[in-house]
Amino acid sequence: MEKKIMKGAEALMCSLIEENVNTIFGYPGGQIITVFDALYSYRDSFQYILTRHEQGAIHAAQGYARVSGDTGVVIVTSGPGATNVITGLADAMLDSTPLVVITGQVGASLLGSDAFQETDVIGVTQPITKWSYQIRKASEIPWAVARAFYIAREGRPGPVVLDLTKDAQSEMVEFSYKKCIFIRSYQPYPELQPENIAQAAEMINKAKRPMALVGQGVLLGHAEEELKAFLTKADIPAGSTLLGLSALSSDFSLYKGLLGMHGNLGPNKKTAECDVLIAIGMRFDDRVTGDLKKYAKQAKVIHFDIDTSEIDKNVKTSVAVLGNAKETLPAVTELLQPARHTAWIQSFEACEKEEMERVIIPEIMPIAGPITMGEVVNRVSEATNHEAILVTDVGQNQMIAARYFKFSRSRSMITSGGLGTMGFGLPASIGAALGAPERRVCFFTGDGGIQMTLQELGTIMQYKIPVKIIILNNNFLGMVRQWQELFYRERYSSTPMNNPDFPKIAEAYGIAGKKVTKREDLDDAIEEMLKDNKAYLLEVEVEENGMVYPMIPAGTSVDQIILGD
Amino acid sequence: MEKTLYTITVYTENFVGLLNQITIIFTRRQINIESLTVSKSSIPGIHKFTITAETDLEMVKKVVKQIEKRIDVLKAFYHTDDDVIYQEVALYKIGAEAMLDNPEIESIVRKYNARILEVNRSYGVLELSGHTEDTQELFERLKEFHVLQFVRSGRIAITKSTVERLSDFLAEMEARNPEHQCKK
Ligand SMILES: Cc1ncc(C[n+]2csc(CCOP(=O)(O)OP(=O)(O)O)c2C)c(N)n1
Ligand SMILES: [Mg+2]
Repeated sequence: MEKKIMKGAEALMCSLIEENVNTIFGYPGGQIITVFDALYSYRDSFQYILTRHEQGAIHAAQGYARVSGDTGVVIVTSGPGATNVITGLADAMLDSTPLVVITGQVGASLLGSDAFQETDVIGVTQPITKWSYQIRKASEIPWAVARAFYIAREGRPGPVVLDLTKDAQSEMVEFSYKKCIFIRSYQPYPELQPENIAQAAEMINKAKRPMALVGQGVLLGHAEEELKAFLTKADIPAGSTLLGLSALSSDFSLYKGLLGMHGNLGPNKKTAECDVLIAIGMRFDDRVTGDLKKYAKQAKVIHFDIDTSEIDKNVKTSVAVLGNAKETLPAVTELLQPARHTAWIQSFEACEKEEMERVIIPEIMPIAGPITMGEVVNRVSEATNHEAILVTDVGQNQMIAARYFKFSRSRSMITSGGLGTMGFGLPASIGAALGAPERRVCFFTGDGGIQMTLQELGTIMQYKIPVKIIILNNNFLGMVRQWQELFYRERYSSTPMNNPDFPKIAEAYGIAGKKVTKREDLDDAIEEMLKDNKAYLLEVEVEENGMVYPMIPAGTSVDQIILGD
Repeated sequence: MEKTLYTITVYTENFVGLLNQITIIFTRRQINIESLTVSKSSIPGIHKFTITAETDLEMVKKVVKQIEKRIDVLKAFYHTDDDVIYQEVALYKIGAEAMLDNPEIESIVRKYNARILEVNRSYGVLELSGHTEDTQELFERLKEFHVLQFVRSGRIAITKSTVERLSDFLAEMEARNPEHQCKK
């Protein structure tokens, strides 16, 4: 390859091209202006999205990465630009989302001098990134970018920060690029262990009441088909974590529903009854396990994971199957004897029936009273033929959406799971729409959460992002209100909210919208929202005192799940 | 679970900021680092951290995995005192008068196998290597002569095992390098 002399900033552009980046989210500023100048020359090489806040940029990149499977790219300035992406980094770290975030930094000679807009970005980001590195010389740019993409993407994905000093951006360098294919201190894919694979298969073959817990690892490893083959061969019912949703389609016969605090009755209760518990690409978060001391004590635990440090972190395993689910699942499946667990699988039905009668029907098909969140979610899911990408914010809206939206395609659920970041949804939906342009994106949010990143309506306007925004407005920080009702004697401290006229705000941004307060208007409004491929904001006034059930109160065990009154 | 003093050894690439990455793993889990020694290892370009901390077996396993998870960490191990031969260095500074007026200091030095590093008109400096208890004992013994300064290094340790785990690991990793494999 012919070598070219160029500025560091241009070397960064060329490096991003080498990594096949086509979309960049960001926000400019003084210490990154040289990079943005180079971006101007390369504007035909990238789709560049200027969000309205750096938090918006990083959440958009997360949404983009999660629907597409590609690494999300963010470029922001130093100091406040960098600190504004902190929430997104922590979120992406917990939810294993591949990101490369490039922050501007003051010139190397000024480092440590408290210069204008200098923040110790490496110090601040080290605990919440997979890797963070300060680039002080232009010659390091190709090496660091190549390494950053390799680290962000390979193994268990995660966010990477490159802190790029101002002088490195303008220094001249002879550009040459070499993709990173190996780091001697990092083993992204643990070697398959045939013994453990055989042991796991044997344990499953002997199981009378096996049950699988499906996590995001299946999606990250593109192992959806392998999972189905595995479950089908040994006839294993499966529950899904919040982030594992859509790995199995909602109508797959062995799929038994959502796990965790607001999950379905069956999969939660049955974790306390199964004899072999098979966790696949999930990390036994406390929102899934409830009280660990009482969690699945009767069961042998098989844990499939790519990340060695997850093994025995929360739940003691009998057998660990390390590796990418795409390889480990078929390896185990091959050793499985075809089995039938008819009675065991049928035993889920009693739970399903009870939940249907006591929780689901009243939530999605109420006959009188205010509109419920569940009926809105259910109707939008039906109206989109269960084919849309669901993006949620955080709170009751998130849990209800996760419970009642149905999925027929993989990578269709984008939500902030580990960090539970309010304000995640709106920008994430922008990223999701850009990452899967051929698909429809439905974003459910609360009156609280939408206002945390509301300014991103400007981004939607500028780039004509066709997201369907559905605000489930209960005029409350509903999830906190629910806890106050249940555990704090109905002392509604700091949870009621006076809200603006949301469709009017949308109108100011040139986004069509409507507010619905009556049940009989809901279907028409949804139809209107979905009639074209443009952004739309639908505000639905819902039950103020709505509750999300079932619920495993924090600290109790999964079989102490409550159904409400 | 029972608490034990563990020696944790960590081998890393020589990048800025690794010390912080490693120590925050302890801090986040409320584990106090008792001693810490960092230096170049015998392998060029690789740094070695020797850390001692009191915790239980389950936690030390988790900590070691979390340390290894950091990208630029090559390998981390934990050991109990039985698995390693370990040593610390202590220095003691005693006023010149006390040194000269108390001939028994010489016998103490002999008894403890300490060394006299320096004697000048103002003070003398003794050195002793050993385990914490040894260096502490000498300190207690010297107290009556008014020790002006007493410092102790962190622990350094060598495993008793005959397997050289780091070099094996490096060889294993290098064998995995696709470039390396292409060349072959
Ligand atoms: C950034 C942030 N701040 C605070 C919280 C705590 N929190 C969790 S849910 C919730 C209420 C959300 O209210 P709203 O957006 O109206 O959604 P609802 O629960 O009413 O559907 C709050 C305050 C959070 N998760 N994230
Ligand atoms: Mg609300």
